[in-house]
Amino acid sequence: MGNSSYFAFDQVDWNMMGSSTWETIWMTLVSMLFVAILGVLLGLLLFETSGSNSLAVRGLNWVIAILVNVFRSIPYIILIILLLPFTKNLVGTIIGPVAALPSLVISAAPFYARMVELAFHEIDRGVIEAAEAMGATKRQIIFKVLLPESMPALVSGATVTTISLIGYTAMAGAIGAGGLGNLAYQEGFQASNNTIVLVATVVIVVIVFAFQFIGDTLVRHIDKRTL
Amino acid sequence: MIEFKEVSKTFATKDGNLNAVNDVNLTIEDGEIYGIVGYSGAGKSTLVRMLNGLETPTSGEIDINGAKMSTLSGKELREKRQKIGMIFQHFNLLWSRTVLQNVMFPLEVAGLSRSERRKKAAELVKLVGLEGRENAYPSELSGGQKQRVGVARALANDPEILISDEATSALDPQTTDEVLDLLLEINKRLNLSIVLITHEMHAIRKICDHVAVMEDGQVVEQGTVFNVFRNPKQTITKRFVNEEVDPASSDTNVVLDDLIQNYPNGLLIQLVFHGDQAKLPIVSEMIHQFPEIQVSIIEGSIHQTQEGAIGSLYLQLLGDETGLAGAQDLLKKMRVETEVIHHG
Repeated sequence: MGNSSYFAFDQVDWNMMGSSTWETIWMTLVSMLFVAILGVLLGLLLFETSGSNSLAVRGLNWVIAILVNVFRSIPYIILIILLLPFTKNLVGTIIGPVAALPSLVISAAPFYARMVELAFHEIDRGVIEAAEAMGATKRQIIFKVLLPESMPALVSGATVTTISLIGYTAMAGAIGAGGLGNLAYQEGFQASNNTIVLVATVVIVVIVFAFQFIGDTLVRHIDKRTL
Repeated sequence: MIEFKEVSKTFATKDGNLNAVNDVNLTIEDGEIYGIVGYSGAGKSTLVRMLNGLETPTSGEIDINGAKMSTLSGKELREKRQKIGMIFQHFNLLWSRTVLQNVMFPLEVAGLSRSERRKKAAELVKLVGLEGRENAYPSELSGGQKQRVGVARALANDPEILISDEATSALDPQTTDEVLDLLLEINKRLNLSIVLITHEMHAIRKICDHVAVMEDGQVVEQGTVFNVFRNPKQTITKRFVNEEVDPASSDTNVVLDDLIQNYPNGLLIQLVFHGDQAKLPIVSEMIHQFPEIQVSIIEGSIHQTQEGAIGSLYLQLLGDETGLAGAQDLLKKMRVETEVIHHG
């Protein structure tokens, strides 16, 4: 089998390639939606509970920080296996794109939560204090100061997280979640079809570039710090 | 009226307790500009931050128009804070919002309707002289313009007091004067009490009615700006006043020392004029009456305060003893404060 085996495009089932591509994009976007919500909530909790004088609040911060660090440390491929029974209970199956969601969200949310916490810490303390001095409530400070002021960092963090999620979906695919990872492994590697592996790779790279481009454009648009 | 009654604030630090504010008593009348001056770490920032509850006093009481700040919390405190405007050294604007949106922020906090917010914010932007820049972002503005936005934002909810926390310290001298003029104009137009903390005596002299000098958490001297400038009592106050009235005092001292060496018999005096005296031809009157005396002017300056001008003049007088004594008598008669620096 020579290098020409990479270019046997007549051996590619383009319908399957299309549906696998869609599965990858679907898994990425849906899991990212949950990751964004969960990550912002966790990040906010980490930020609000840090540096408190109350022992109970410090304890809460400590517990969340430990959980975040533990789940960030587990290699994704192991996390999937670890979560198999949990996934089965939650979505009723361990095969297919939906089954990939719990592990994708649980692995990426702590990662994003740390970035969210960092983004909030980068806001000038004086700006938050100014809002307090104006009589703003905690809620108003969160929605009118913390979130809008850190938006460029939140978006660029989300871009980085999305791109690592694309990588995770490929790994999940290898053990049955569907998508381009699954296709490359089943139809490419197992069936000795190098062309499918190559095409799946190119499509993934294009998806990554597209998300990066969208993220960068968004950040440029919302960042008013330097004009 | 704002009253600080025996206010103290102690911070627990790793190296033990720090008395940031120590038994401060101050009364600030409605409609006046009250300056609090001190070097950094003197406790002035901590003191004013107790006005809007950003810090709570360890002991003592703060009264704002009859409301005891220490008894307020939650919703009541937030509502009171809406009535206390504050401007900051680093402006603390939201960079994600335009000028108009920044000014609308406190109005959103207060719960005004969208159309009311727009109308009020547009008026304020105009008041601080930023008409036409409504849709600019803070990053597109100069320091002086940013502080103008800060002032407009602080005025949004028709405050009872405006706190200025080193608001001109990050600005160049010309912009500092522009912002100080704006504060003075607002004070006069809205009859708004302003509490101004600074380490620059220039700001105090230019717009304040009363001043308190702080050192190590205590108010060591207070009074009208005019009186404190004319007759500073504490060493630290003298230092502040000299920095402002006489920035080149070390240069003057060199010249004075030279003159004392070269004319050991001459008389060196410093005259201090206040109010309308500063505009009278006192020196020429002296020369007319004692033509035999030689007068040379070494250094002079004049500064405007809210209550009137204060001038300072260093003179060397050469002549016979009767002439010199007569000249000093004349100055005394004209009520000019005279300090003899050297008499040979």
